[in-house]
Amino acid sequence: MAVRYVEEFRDPAKVKALAGQIAAMVTRPWTIMEICGGQTHAILRFGLDQLLPKEISLIHGPGCPVCVTPVELIDRAIAVARRPEVILCSFGDMLRVPGSAGDLLAAKAEGADVRVVYSPLDAVEIARKNPSRQVVFFAVGFETTAPANAMAVLHAFHQRLRNFSVLVAHVLVPPAVEAILASGAKIDGFLAAGHVCTVMGIEEYEPIAERFRVPIVVTGFEPLDILQGLAMCLRQLESGEARVEIQYDRSVRPEGNQAAKQVILRVFEITDRKWRGIGLLPRSGLKLREEFRDFDAEVRFNLGALEREEEPGCIAGLVLQGKARPTDCPFFGTKCTPDHPLGAPMVSSEGACAAYFRYRRTGL
Amino acid sequence: MAGRMGWTSRDCEQGAFGKLSRPLPMNEPFPNLEQKSSPSGGPPTSQHLWTGICPLPFQNATSIQLAHGGGGRLMRELIRNLFVPIFSRREVAGLSDLVGKHDSAVLPLSGLRVAVTTDSYVVRPLFFPGGDIGRLAVFGTINDLAMAGAQPVALSAAFILEEGFPLSELLRIVLSMEQAAEEAGVVIVTGDTKVVDRGKGDGVFITTTGVGVVPAGVDIGPHRVRPGDAIMVSGDIGRHGVAILSVREGLAFHTEIQSDCAPLERAVRALISAGVEIHCLRDLTRGGLAAALNEIAADAGVGIELEESAIPVSEPVRAACELLGLDPLYVACEGRLVCFVPPQAADWARQILSSFPGGECAAQIGKCVRDHPGTVVARGPWGTERVVDLLSGEQMPRIC
Repeated sequence: MAVRYVEEFRDPAKVKALAGQIAAMVTRPWTIMEICGGQTHAILRFGLDQLLPKEISLIHGPGCPVCVTPVELIDRAIAVARRPEVILCSFGDMLRVPGSAGDLLAAKAEGADVRVVYSPLDAVEIARKNPSRQVVFFAVGFETTAPANAMAVLHAFHQRLRNFSVLVAHVLVPPAVEAILASGAKIDGFLAAGHVCTVMGIEEYEPIAERFRVPIVVTGFEPLDILQGLAMCLRQLESGEARVEIQYDRSVRPEGNQAAKQVILRVFEITDRKWRGIGLLPRSGLKLREEFRDFDAEVRFNLGALEREEEPGCIAGLVLQGKARPTDCPFFGTKCTPDHPLGAPMVSSEGACAAYFRYRRTGL
Repeated sequence: MAGRMGWTSRDCEQGAFGKLSRPLPMNEPFPNLEQKSSPSGGPPTSQHLWTGICPLPFQNATSIQLAHGGGGRLMRELIRNLFVPIFSRREVAGLSDLVGKHDSAVLPLSGLRVAVTTDSYVVRPLFFPGGDIGRLAVFGTINDLAMAGAQPVALSAAFILEEGFPLSELLRIVLSMEQAAEEAGVVIVTGDTKVVDRGKGDGVFITTTGVGVVPAGVDIGPHRVRPGDAIMVSGDIGRHGVAILSVREGLAFHTEIQSDCAPLERAVRALISAGVEIHCLRDLTRGGLAAALNEIAADAGVGIELEESAIPVSEPVRAACELLGLDPLYVACEGRLVCFVPPQAADWARQILSSFPGGECAAQIGKCVRDHPGTVVARGPWGTERVVDLLSGEQMPRIC
């Protein structure tokens, strides 16, 4: 375990120096979106927005996998979890996200066998040890979790496990960025998600930067990463450039991680996917290839028919596209709290509403 | 993370009604139980008692969820809105006022002030780096007594055993309890044993009840906390939670971190006998430092300002937390306390705390203020501020 890596990227003197550099280079207002919810939480937790000149406006992007998973997929997960033969395995973050009538934790309290795993391979192991049960893994996430989830399917495939399947809710970042820009949102530059690009590389972002004339800086998650990413983005904006740059170069290579990309493509193919609060985006998700159809929980349990509407009043879709701040919502902190969430961004550890509720409630 | 499921009175110092220093985070106005009676004027029925009492995350959820034992907001609501109002509704002179008023209840008995507390222990795995369920069950209860300034005297121990549980493991646990009791200077004087069917328990659950005596002149509790008080922590935080996580099924990772599980009574005794004016004490258990400070801020009606860089967290704990996406401020400890003292006593208190094992990093981490009563705010290393809130339940490791 790397022991010293955290402090190096939180050095107060360097943070203040970078904030000073940013203030010195900015000549007019700019709006920058950080794509990943992990970055949103870091910005609010470390108060990085408080260090920026008032010309810089940070808005928060769609990069919260839990938040964009559509309601009906959560309902399907709950429905399958309620079957007596099923063990539903999920990342812990998913458990409190509201479906249309309850969440997975409530289903668990009522008797469903819902288990938190930290790796999808653990779910395969649970399937191997429980041959009389059906083990379903809720495969959520962006390109970051896709390789491990694909690997789990391959393991089950090679072990000929007949009692393992995945409920796939995978989404892809570039189509969402494109959709947000195409909708006319006023965003001058992006901080792209470092971990997504560690897997995928930067190839898909270059056409976006070119077409929409926006700088995109692939950025990490520590305070110095984020400030450096902002500085790089602002330098481009101030000089009229619009390129893809990598700030997070200790992790990201331009070509990405070839082995991880190969395993994704071996198991998944690109599909249209509905995003919670945003709607159907073409070619914005992953589904299992035909060869792995036997491992598709939607097929195995015939879950396809469930369609649901969003909670009325929840503006999660606007928040996820950077068109509203969490505090713009009339229900923020009143009708909608982490204990009584109306939408996923209030409960996910990467959700923008959760970040504002947790770190910014006293009007500081 | 320590898996204590019992309710201790620490979670509801102000009682359920009246002087709440900040509104309960609920959707609906909370019905006042004291004025509630059935329409006929007869005694309230269980139906009445349930209506609106326990705000669960979903209106259609009528069952207990794990988060109700997680040390966060849901647990506090359950205690404040269900246990305390019902157990304190009968007027009994000198006693009903005590319900939910202190870390341990301090009973005035024949001229003595007798402290009583109880806790249940359901930790998994039963044996972990630096301790086991037996040591936890002794020290956790001793520590609750110590937080009221009491000198612990004796414990009872009740065991709920699962059919098929290996006797060799039970022996190990019981020997460990006796050793812990000896270290803490108490005797386990009575107990109870029940066995449940295989599959109806998790090996062993232990409940310990502790009795102690509060010395004359000692008065410790949130009611004494004042703006300006210095907030001390007795050592680095988060070791117990990380040690437990490192051996949890499905998450095993290598770390040299051992649980901080330890008795705190001697450190409290040393502070008192050195003449340090202690206003309030709290051991950091489930919910960690953040939960303890939020409770005290709410109960004392003061604001709390932390200096984030002053909070001692060891490098391995910090690294493990980063990896798992956890905030060390919310990670459980089992042998650390926070201590509220007048500012002029801060350095003295720090010196005393640092002379105990594990106390090398004892430090002042913040102070009480008049602003933002009930809220804990942390100032980061570059001067920005954030709220340190209570979580709903336990922290969940992140997805990516």
